This record gives sequence, C-alpha cells and structure tokens, in this order.
Amino acid sequence: MSEPVKSQTIRVVVNGREYTRTVEARTLLVRFIREELNLTGTHFGCDTGHCGSCTVIVNGRLIKSCMMLAIQADGMSIETVEGLANPDGSLSPIQDAFSAHHALQCGFCTPGMMLATKYLLEHNPHPTEEEIRRGIKGNLCRCTGYVNIVKAIQSLANNEEVTL
Amino acid sequence: MSGTTVTTQQTARTQWSGQSIPRKEDERLVKGQGRFADDIRRHNEAYVYLLRSPYGHARIRRVDVRAAQEAPGVIMTLTGDEVREIQKPFMEIAPPPGGYIEDYCLAVDKVRFMGEPVVAILAETAEQARDAADLVDIEYEPLDAVVTGEDALKDTAPLLHGKVGSNVVWHGLYDWGSVEEAKRQADKIVKIDRLHFHRFTSTPIECNAAVVEYYPGSGEYTFWCNNTMPQFAAMFMGPALGIPTDRLHFVTQDIGGSFGNKITTYVYLTICAILAKKSGRPVHWTEYRTDHILGGSHGNERTFLDIEVPVLNDGTILGLSARAIDDCGAYPRYEPLGSVIWSQVVPGVYRFRNVRIDYTQVVTNKCPVGPNRGYSRLQHMWMLERVIDIVAHELNLDPVEIRKKNYIKPDEMPYETPNGCVYDSGDYPRCLDMALKLINYDYWRQRQAEVRGTGKLIGIGIGSTLDSGTNNFGQARIINPELPFSGNGEVANVKLDLYGEVVVTIGTTPQGQGHETTAAQVVSDILGVSPDRVRVLIGHDNARNVYTGFSGTYASQFAVTGLGAVQGAAQKLKREIQQLAAGMMGSDPEEIELVDGTARVVGRPDTAIPFIGLANVVFANNATMPEGLDVSLNCTYTYRPPFKVPDVERKFGNLTLTYATQIHACVVEVDEATGETKILDYAAVDDSGRLIHPQIVEGQVHGAAGLGIGAALYETLEYDAEGQMLTPNFYAYKAVTALDVPMIKTAAIESPSPFSPNGAKGMGEGGGAPLHAICSALQDVMRQTSRAIVHDSFNPSERVYRLLRQQPSARRGVEVISNRS
Ligand code: FES
Ligand code: FES
Repeated sequence: MSEPVKSQTIRVVVNGREYTRTVEARTLLVRFIREELNLTGTHFGCDTGHCGSCTVIVNGRLIKSCMMLAIQADGMSIETVEGLANPDGSLSPIQDAFSAHHALQCGFCTPGMMLATKYLLEHNPHPTEEEIRRGIKGNLCRCTGYVNIVKAIQSLANNEEVTL
Repeated sequence: MSGTTVTTQQTARTQWSGQSIPRKEDERLVKGQGRFADDIRRHNEAYVYLLRSPYGHARIRRVDVRAAQEAPGVIMTLTGDEVREIQKPFMEIAPPPGGYIEDYCLAVDKVRFMGEPVVAILAETAEQARDAADLVDIEYEPLDAVVTGEDALKDTAPLLHGKVGSNVVWHGLYDWGSVEEAKRQADKIVKIDRLHFHRFTSTPIECNAAVVEYYPGSGEYTFWCNNTMPQFAAMFMGPALGIPTDRLHFVTQDIGGSFGNKITTYVYLTICAILAKKSGRPVHWTEYRTDHILGGSHGNERTFLDIEVPVLNDGTILGLSARAIDDCGAYPRYEPLGSVIWSQVVPGVYRFRNVRIDYTQVVTNKCPVGPNRGYSRLQHMWMLERVIDIVAHELNLDPVEIRKKNYIKPDEMPYETPNGCVYDSGDYPRCLDMALKLINYDYWRQRQAEVRGTGKLIGIGIGSTLDSGTNNFGQARIINPELPFSGNGEVANVKLDLYGEVVVTIGTTPQGQGHETTAAQVVSDILGVSPDRVRVLIGHDNARNVYTGFSGTYASQFAVTGLGAVQGAAQKLKREIQQLAAGMMGSDPEEIELVDGTARVVGRPDTAIPFIGLANVVFANNATMPEGLDVSLNCTYTYRPPFKVPDVERKFGNLTLTYATQIHACVVEVDEATGETKILDYAAVDDSGRLIHPQIVEGQVHGAAGLGIGAALYETLEYDAEGQMLTPNFYAYKAVTALDVPMIKTAAIESPSPFSPNGAKGMGEGGGAPLHAICSALQDVMRQTSRAIVHDSFNPSERVYRLLRQQPSARRGVEVISNRS
C-alpha cells in the first residue's frame, strides 16, 4: 500500500486574485484562508458547522469554509468579505446597509452574514421576511437579536436600484 | 430608533450626543478588517492545545506525557503536578471556609468538572498539539458527582473541595423590614415550593483566544487577548504567578462579543503565561466552541425554595421570604460576588419593603459560572416576576393590574429600596402601558378567547425588570469584609496630538457597544469638532492607555463611568485650549469658543487659531508659549461615582448608581397538541435615561431580547447525574437563530438620571426580561387550561406539553393560606 498523500499543491482564485500554495491535506479551507492567505475577515466560531462565521462563496455556492478542506477548493473561485467592497474601496450596498441599519455590533458574525445576504439576494432579489430569515438561519449572531440584520436585508430587497 | 419609538421626556439635544450618527467601528468591521484576538500573529509562535477531563468528578491517579512529548512538533507539555510547583492557588473572593478552595490553572490531583483542563501541550502547529494530546495517558478514578445545588447541600453529598468541609462557598441571611410582621398583616399567604432558574450561557461567537509572549529582558508578559476585565484578571494572575501585576501587559482590540463570559479567562491566560515563559516562544491559544461551552463560563443556576408571599386581598404584596441556592459550578472564580450582586434589585420594580432571603452558594461538578448578561439580578427578578404572576393566578387578579398596584410610582423617585439602594428615576406604569399598546394588548385579549378550542392557545406575558448599572464595588465587602474594594470609576485621556488631532483613550474593552462612536460624540460636543475628526483608541492596553482597577466593559456602566471620564477629560482639555488661545490672541479664556477645530474669540470669527496651531506651540514651538501659561493639551480625568462604603452588618447601602428600566410584553401561541410555543408579538420599552446614541441603545435592547428569548425557549446547559455535559456544542446547545426571534418592537422614554454626569444610565445587559415575559405568557396559557404553575425558566415544547397536561389532582407546588377567617 502506498502512503496516503499528506499534502497537495492547489490553485485558487480568491476575490479575483490567484494563489498557488502547497497545503496539508487536512487543512480546512477556513484555516487556509485565514492563515495561509492572511485574509482574517473570514472568522471561525465553532467546530460543528453551525455558527456560519466562516461563510464564503465558492464557485457561486454558499459554503461554510470550516466544513470544506482547502484541497477540495483546488481550481475554484472563492469570494470572501475582503472582496465585497467596491474597487475604489467604498462600501458595497450590502456593507452600507449593514452599517446604516446597525446590523452589526461586535462585527464577528458580520462577514459571514453579509456573504449569506449576498447569496440570498443574488438568488432571490425580493425575499419576504420569512425568506430572509431562512436565508440567514445558518449564521448565528449573539449581539443583534437579528432584528437589524433582517431590516438591513429588507432595505436591499425593496430597493430596485441596488446592484450587489 | 425604529419607527415604533415613542421618545418623550426628552432632554435637550446637543449637536452630536443624542444623535444616531454612523458608527466609527463599522467600516473596518464590514470590510473584514477588524482585528480580533485570533487574528494576531507573532513571529515564531507556537500553539497550545488543552486536554480536558472527560469526567465530571475523578481522582487523577497518573498522568503520562512521555509519548506526547516525543510526538512530531511538540515543544513541551504541562501537567497539574508541574503547575502546583509554579503557581500559587488563585485568590478566592470568599472568606474561609469557602475561601479554602484551591484553584489552579490545570487540574491538580482531582478533576471537578467535565472539560477541566488537565494537560497543556505546546507544539509547532495547532494540529500537532491536538494530535499529541491523543498520546497522553491519564488514569482516572471516577468519583460520585453532584450536579444540583440542592444535592450539594445534602450530608451524603460528595465533597468537591475537601478542605472546605462542605460544598458551601458562601452563606448569608438577607433580612430587611419584617417579613413576620408582614405575614401578620396579610390577608393571605401564597406559598410556592420551588422555582428553578436554569443554566445557560451567552456564548459569544468569538471564543476565547490569546497570544501570549514573555520578554525576559523586563520580566513582562504581553497578552493580546479578548479578556474584558483585564485588571481583574491581573489581580488574580500576579499573585498566582508570584510577579508584580505591572508585569502583566494586556492588549485588547476588537472583541467578538462577551456578555460577561470573557471576564474569567485568567485561568487560561495563566496556562499560556507559564508556557510562554518556559518555552521562550510566543504562544497562541484559541478555543474551539466545544471547549468554550465545556469550560468557558456559564450563567448562574439558582433554585428558590419555600417562597412565602404575604398579600392583601386587593393584590398588594407586603413582602417575600425564600431560600435561594445558587450553583456556581466547580470553582467560584468571580463568585461569590453574585451572592450580593442580586441585592442591587431586591424588590425589583415593586414597592414591598419586607424581604428575607436565605442565600447559599454551592459548588457542583459543573463548569464554573461567571458573569453572564443580566448577571445575578436576572435570576432574582425572574423569581419576583414569577411570584407576581403566580399570586395573580392564585388570587384571580389581573396580571396588569397587580403589577401597576405594586410598581414603585414615578413620583416616589428617587426611591430608596429596603436595603438602601436608590433607584434614580423611572416611570414603570407608563412603560408598561406603552409596551401593552405596542403589542395591541386589547386585541390579543379578545383573540385569546376566540381561539380557545381550536387547538391553539394564546398567552400574553409581561416582564418588568431593571438593569442596575455602575456597581459600587463596596458591595463585595458584604461577601467578605476583608476585601479592600469600594466605589467604581473609569479614566479617560483626551489630548491634542502633534498636528492638532483630537485623540481619546479609555481603558474599556468594548465588544460591539460602540464606544469609539459614543466617546467621539461626547468629545465633539465639547471641543467643537465633528466625530469623524476624533480618533478613539479602543481597547485596554495598560502600556499605552490610561486605566483604573475597574477598567473594562461589564455591568452596564460605560455610559456613566466611561463617558463620564471622557466628558471630564474633554472639559479639562477645553479649558487648556481656551487658556492657550486666549494667551495667544490676547483675550480672556471665557471669550474663547471652539468651533470646527479652531479656537476663536466670540463674536470675532476671523480671530481664530486652528488646533494645529495650538498643538504647534505646545509640542514643537514652546518658546512662544504665552507668558505664565503651563498647558500640556494632554488631559486625563478619572470619573468617580458618588458612593459610600455599604454597611456590611445590615447589608445596606447604594449598590449601583443607575437603574435603567425594561418593560417587555409578549404574545405567544401554544400548540396544545405539541406544546410548541411561537412568539406572535414582542415589545420592549426601555428607559435608559438620556440617550447618547439611540440606535446603539436600541441595538443593545434587541440583542438582550434575542439572547433572553433563546434562553427562555431553546438554550440550556444540561448535565447527567455523573456530570457528563449533554450540550457541549452547537449541535446540542440550540443557540437562537434568525427564525426564532421575531421583529422586536421597541420604544423608549428618557428619565434622565439625576446622579450620572450626563443623565444617561448604564444599559445593555437587560434584566432577562424575555425570560420573565415568556414565562408570564405561559402562565397565562396555563390559567386557561391545567392551572399548572410555570416553575422553571426554561420552557421547551416538552415542558409546556407536560404543564398543559398536569392533572388537577397533581401537586401544583403552590398553596394559598388565608390569614383571617
Ligand atoms: S466555524 Fe462555525 S460554521 Fe464554520
Ligand atoms: S454582531 Fe456580534 S455576533 Fe453578530
């Protein structure tokens, strides 16, 4: 029997930039993003895939990056919180709405929450309150009681002008 | 605030304070540029893994770490036997015999709760440290465990700490007025056998984390961490490590929530400190969620027994007596301070004056507790609100009327409670009316009757609470007269920097409360610059920032102590600026006004000096300083609230400075077939005195309501009889989600505090009002059905289902005794 592969070289595109790295096979995507790429806006808050603070978008799918190995992302395109702002550094409509509606307090859940929002609105531009709540139910927030998060998303959902 | 806000009794607005300006914190946080503890990286750092006890109670027979030490990447291990040689037991707050408890950073000889750290492993990577833990060989001898407060007091109970001689940490009798006399005057006495307040935790989304580095050159340890009361930690760690506390350098930056849970992390920081010194490497420790729930910080569990309530037929409550047994888990740590902190709100919002509580705190084989949002007051106020609803239920009185009859009246403010606390201001009946209106009370009372028989039941509930803020630390002496603490305070520095920038430093440790923003608002009003030109350096950094022994963010006090200090420092700086500008422009300091970052002579807008010009004179050009002046433009002010040392014998004195009000009202729908409880409407009316930033205050109200709803219906920390924790992660601990919290309606009134420097009251913890309101609504449901008593603060579907089916013949645990024939 041959030894199982312990590490592997992967190529990913994160927020439009390409990275090639050799990673241990067991490295979780969240750790790869935080520790290898030094993009520390993606957080981790649990060990069971429940909190959603590690949420990113991988090839257009909403993913909890603690539930995926870095090597599984080989060849894929990843979007993290650091890619949300407009190219000139100004806030995107989602970031703006979260701030305006005081949808963040400590801000720890916020990156994951905003990516879940982006995914939701891209797939359902006019969600009802119930659909919004379903859309973010995988993301825990201990600070806001979710009230202002839902309001922030509603403000985007009701706004025809918004391009995410 | 949102559209539902009804703000009245409004005080005069200044240009910035009182406005919901955009938060200064937000931009970096929405861009993912916050800097949280685990984001910190130090060159050459190594990683800590803690191997924890799988038993609730066991003797440690043998620990063999040899194989782990040989494992790839392992730098070193640390065991309890080694710790015993290096560390003195942490200070205990309780006097003897409770104070004989010996608490070390790793288990020594015995483990006393599942999750207690037993061996620490330091390795080159986090994965290697974790792998090596599998190679540690520990022989345990399991012991019987004790997992309830009541059992801990039994003669046959296993002892956790042999030296203490019992499981009691602290016992005290609180007795004010005369309950006996009240019982004689009463028409009836309502007796309730037992009420139980369950164990849960706020468990912030960011777990505990630290990077700790030892610098042999100065003997200094630096902790980049998320501890929220660092000087409290230092007070425990310095003596334990045998070093002066000024060698402990704490640095906090962005903190991902705490709710009190990050106060007692000194135990873990001590492990890291020992490893950092021994290894000569910066050490990095970040908890997993399971670690955090197993061994972090839980809320106090409390059982109330033999409650007796003397009442008049019209529902006037004359007093209350009860036994309280508080379960603090395996080690007291912040406790037994909770054993006095509850007495900040002895009568809650009510007028009765005769109270006797026989209070005992015990250890059990469970995770140690620590301050948890609403700390120690919410348990007591939950009991009071249960008493009100149960009395109403038993005497067939209206739950709204009985509250109004017993509420302290607005014209009685400031109101001295039976134990000498002075409620500063408030209007409880008005807040209640507003809350009822927000939920459309009359409509739901009518619906309630209509839906009966359809398989659904509607309950309407009220929770009336106080958020007592700005502790008088003198209350600790009621626990232990030897403790050299009293008062409270915070310090701030406001300065002009070299180029005239306004810079503020405070010793607080915000975790989402927006201190940068509100501090800037206060400074802006005084110095005449817009908040975006005020730089607020956040976080506790005792090598850079000012601080006091009380510094931190806890116990609903920033608006009073933190902003009080900022206000004082900004005013000092304003006076210096006026003196300097007057000297430079040849006018009087009184004639100088500060507008748009300039100092100018009133009525002569073109005679002005920008701040950069003033700074230049002081910092780079001081030979031009006007004759006779000695200004630094660097001003520090310590705010000290007006407190006295409480009377320890009588357990009497003002224990907190401000008392914010929260009156919540809710409507629930219960499915008779399943017991499932759904919230149909929810309103929270707050009185936090003068509001500095209404949106931030409302956000705190939402957050406290969200966690309270979670605790009432979904979140519980359960142990089995052997002390095995059944809910150690988010699989089993059902943290409340967006689907569980409704759109909370809010409103606020502002009754300015006459005692605080700005009219504001500390707020943020809430008083656990959702627990009270939801239990109250469920009691309202039982009123229509089985007449069962809602006796527990945690009411998942199973419990509601059982209560609905309780037989009329069953022991209800409540009795009404008529005093007169
Ligand atoms: S870290 Fe909690 S879901 Fe990924
Ligand atoms: S803002 Fe703190 S967890 Fe959501």
